[in-house]
Amino acid sequence: MSAVPDRVHATLRVNGEDQQVSFAPYKTLLEVLREDLNLTGTKHGCELGECGACAVLVDGEPLLSCLELAVQCEGRDIQTIEGLAKGTELHPLQAAFADHGGSQCGYCTSGMVMTAKALLDKEPAPSRERIREALAGNLCRCTGYQQIWESVESAAKALREGKR
Amino acid sequence: MNAPAKPREKTRFDTIGKPRRRVDGRAKAIGQTRFADDLVLPRMLHAKLLRSPHPHAIVESIDVSRAQAQRGVHLVLTGAEFPVPYGIMPVSQDEHPLARERVRYVGDPVAAVIAVDEQMATEALQLIDVKYRKLPTVASPEEGLAKPEPRIHDYGERGNIHRNQSYEFGDVEEALARSDHVFEDLFFYEGNTHLPMEQQASLASVEGDGKLLLQSSTQNPHYLHRQLARVLQVPAAHVRVIATPNGGGFGGKCDPGNHEFVVAKAALMLGRPVKICLTREEVFYQHRGRHPVLMKMRTGVSNDGRLTAMHLQTLLDGGAYGSHGPASTFYTGVLTPVTYELPRFKFEACRVFTNKPACGPKRGHGTPQPRFGQEVQLDKIAERLKLDPAEMRLRMVTQPDSLTASWLHVGSTGLAECIRKVVEMSGWKERRGKLGAGRGLGLACSTYMCGAGVSIYWNKMPHSAVQILLDRSGQVTVYCGATEIGQGSDDVLAGLVAESLGIDPGWVRCVTGDTGITPIDLGSYSSRVTIMMGNAALQAAGRLRDTLAAAAAEALDTLPDRVIFSQDRVFAAQDAGKTMSFIEAIALAEAKFGTLAAVGSYAPPKPPGRYKGAGVGPSPAYSFSACVVETEVDEHTGWVTVPKIWIAHDIGRALNPVLARGQVIGGVYMGLGEALMEEQAFRRLPPKLSSALVHRNPSMLDYKSLTSLDMPEVEVALIEYPDPNCPYGAKEVGQGPLLPVMPALANAIHDAVGVRIDEIPITPDKVLRALEKKEKGEAPRVGPESFPSVPYPAPTFVLPPWEGGDGNELKGQEGRKAA
Repeated sequence: MSAVPDRVHATLRVNGEDQQVSFAPYKTLLEVLREDLNLTGTKHGCELGECGACAVLVDGEPLLSCLELAVQCEGRDIQTIEGLAKGTELHPLQAAFADHGGSQCGYCTSGMVMTAKALLDKEPAPSRERIREALAGNLCRCTGYQQIWESVESAAKALREGKR
Repeated sequence: MNAPAKPREKTRFDTIGKPRRRVDGRAKAIGQTRFADDLVLPRMLHAKLLRSPHPHAIVESIDVSRAQAQRGVHLVLTGAEFPVPYGIMPVSQDEHPLARERVRYVGDPVAAVIAVDEQMATEALQLIDVKYRKLPTVASPEEGLAKPEPRIHDYGERGNIHRNQSYEFGDVEEALARSDHVFEDLFFYEGNTHLPMEQQASLASVEGDGKLLLQSSTQNPHYLHRQLARVLQVPAAHVRVIATPNGGGFGGKCDPGNHEFVVAKAALMLGRPVKICLTREEVFYQHRGRHPVLMKMRTGVSNDGRLTAMHLQTLLDGGAYGSHGPASTFYTGVLTPVTYELPRFKFEACRVFTNKPACGPKRGHGTPQPRFGQEVQLDKIAERLKLDPAEMRLRMVTQPDSLTASWLHVGSTGLAECIRKVVEMSGWKERRGKLGAGRGLGLACSTYMCGAGVSIYWNKMPHSAVQILLDRSGQVTVYCGATEIGQGSDDVLAGLVAESLGIDPGWVRCVTGDTGITPIDLGSYSSRVTIMMGNAALQAAGRLRDTLAAAAAEALDTLPDRVIFSQDRVFAAQDAGKTMSFIEAIALAEAKFGTLAAVGSYAPPKPPGRYKGAGVGPSPAYSFSACVVETEVDEHTGWVTVPKIWIAHDIGRALNPVLARGQVIGGVYMGLGEALMEEQAFRRLPPKLSSALVHRNPSMLDYKSLTSLDMPEVEVALIEYPDPNCPYGAKEVGQGPLLPVMPALANAIHDAVGVRIDEIPITPDKVLRALEKKEKGEAPRVGPESFPSVPYPAPTFVLPPWEGGDGNELKGQEGRKAA
């Protein structure tokens, strides 16, 4: 039986930058992002894959970072909420969430925005029904979702009009 | 001093009433808001709690030696380190940060490990040896009433009764006896929990000056500050609490938590920062959520559908600790008379300790349960008397500037307008009863306080205070102890100050929720922040405006009271050509008067009721809501679908309509979740498995809440009749809109399939059971069948205002005779 190493060294590509990081091999992507890379914009609500607060994009697909070991993410393209704005200019989804009440306490927002981005990247003009479906794995306790749907619709429109 | 600041010459608003990006919106959208668990300090250690596996047991011994010797462990704490008890209310100081001699529910913390990381702390918990001697348990209030021994606490009314009270406003039996009809109904409302997305987290550290700093996801930094000083036996001035932005609260972060004392104590002992973040499962044990309440309502009605009297009895399942229980007990009755004219009212309430996580305040605090019962009963009354439920309610709404039988002062009310609005929006008159098989509409109304009239601990000081600093850069810094829990209190603060000073909210920097820096605000509970903080802010801003006007008037060749503040400028009222920038006005005033700062504060008006207990229920203003729910019921599965909800909320004035609408929809969402599925429920394991009372579903997967797919569209109408007691007329919106949803759903289900579910949540099994009863020709109802004999005390008897009362209680038989 080979010994499990205390720490592994890995290169993670996060928001377009290669990050050298060393961490205990049992750590999830969520933990490495938050604790080792100080990217605390990604949140945790359950650490069991039940709430969607920790969603990030890996190779463009929404993924619950609490269920993925960080070692499995080497060589993959990881996008977090911190990488979404261009400098100080907000991504249209971020602007829409801020303007239309998509974010109240803000704790689910990162996961919501990242999940919505994956949707809009594939479907620039989703119906309300599609938006509701795409976000069904992301719980929010504040908004009642409606202003989130409206935010996504507003951002989709802005993106279609070439606002980015 | 405490009169609300008058918005002089403000008839048109620059900021108020206009949809705006909230001031903290950008940080939240880019993930930059720092919640408690996002904070990291050098040399930080991590804490974990060992929790009791038994619902009720004596702690005979705790051996921490093996844990203490473990690699990476810095400290192990037990109840021995915490001799001083705590509790949010002065009358319920019944908790210890770590249990001393007894545990009272599965999950009660008994020890804590502080280690290098969470993993090591968790592993070391397994090495703590606790010897328990198990005690008989109490699973429900009925059981608690039947089994006074063993007592869960050695205080309270008697046996396992924590609180027991009775109030009578006019002779209710006499009124019922001469009523055309008396309706008697039983209702049950299951407990449920807040489920904030953010688990509670706290980071304690010792600052450079040797003083304690606790940064914590708390709704009430001020109360926590007081309790920390008491429990840790350090001067309050040496303790600083910063309420980090809460990732949702809903009442769940109002009580001081065991974990907060533990990390604070550990930081003081170790001289190093100590952090804790509860797991999701632990959040279910911390709880303090909705009380399960059994209710009995006997209501007298005249033939034309007017209420003559009501006798309301409630029985609360309190869980293992006092928490806000004394207040919760009152709240299962005190707001009942606020919506409709009710000549006489009797209210008896009893809270019983049980061996389950403590219940406390959840959005609506104690009032959703009786509101559910009352509004469903009204629907039954309307049905029996063949009246339209909306029309019947419209004819008896309480009037503006009136008193209730219980001496609450109703100021402004837009309830009638709310009813008319939802009737119109939903097509109530045209569509009700005509939607076809399995489909229906239901209506209900509600009210909520804009802040509790009395503080949690008795004092004569302000409930909220604001300080504003202006400097020559144009920077406006506003300090207030209020706590941003997602509801938008920082935005309310910035918006009000900006409006008052005639500047863009972007000029305002809010510093909030920091007991080391900000003047005291009592906290984010009871929907008190907008009105109390808001009035304090307008007073402070008004004082600064006076100073600026005095300085600017000379330069503008006008009188100070003719100076207008608008659009980042200062104008002479009679000649808009005479003007200067806001910054120029500051420079003039700073030169003339010195550094510019002002404070404002607010305390609610004295309530008219003077009997003992009259302190719970009064509020400077009440909000009102009316709601129509549409439903589709599948008669084969009992599955309930809600395609649409219409709600009108009397908000006085919407300061930022984006936020106001968001609060309304969010409240409807939470109400609908409670109505359909949310349950904090327990089961007793079989004896061979320890007989423990365990939580049925302590996870986000098993504790069902509405997802984006389940949530219907909500159409919102904001009814704006500015209330004179409120800042620019703005009343609460954070809690009220939750309240009418549950009864409106129950009433819609009756309209759809003709069954009554007198119990929350309304799950498909209950609907099916009721449909089966209907099929068999039995009473088509599912709900509680009996109300136990509760030893309520003799009532405090008070005459209603219209029966010659003066707000005081009448003693003994004298009251009876007078009535």
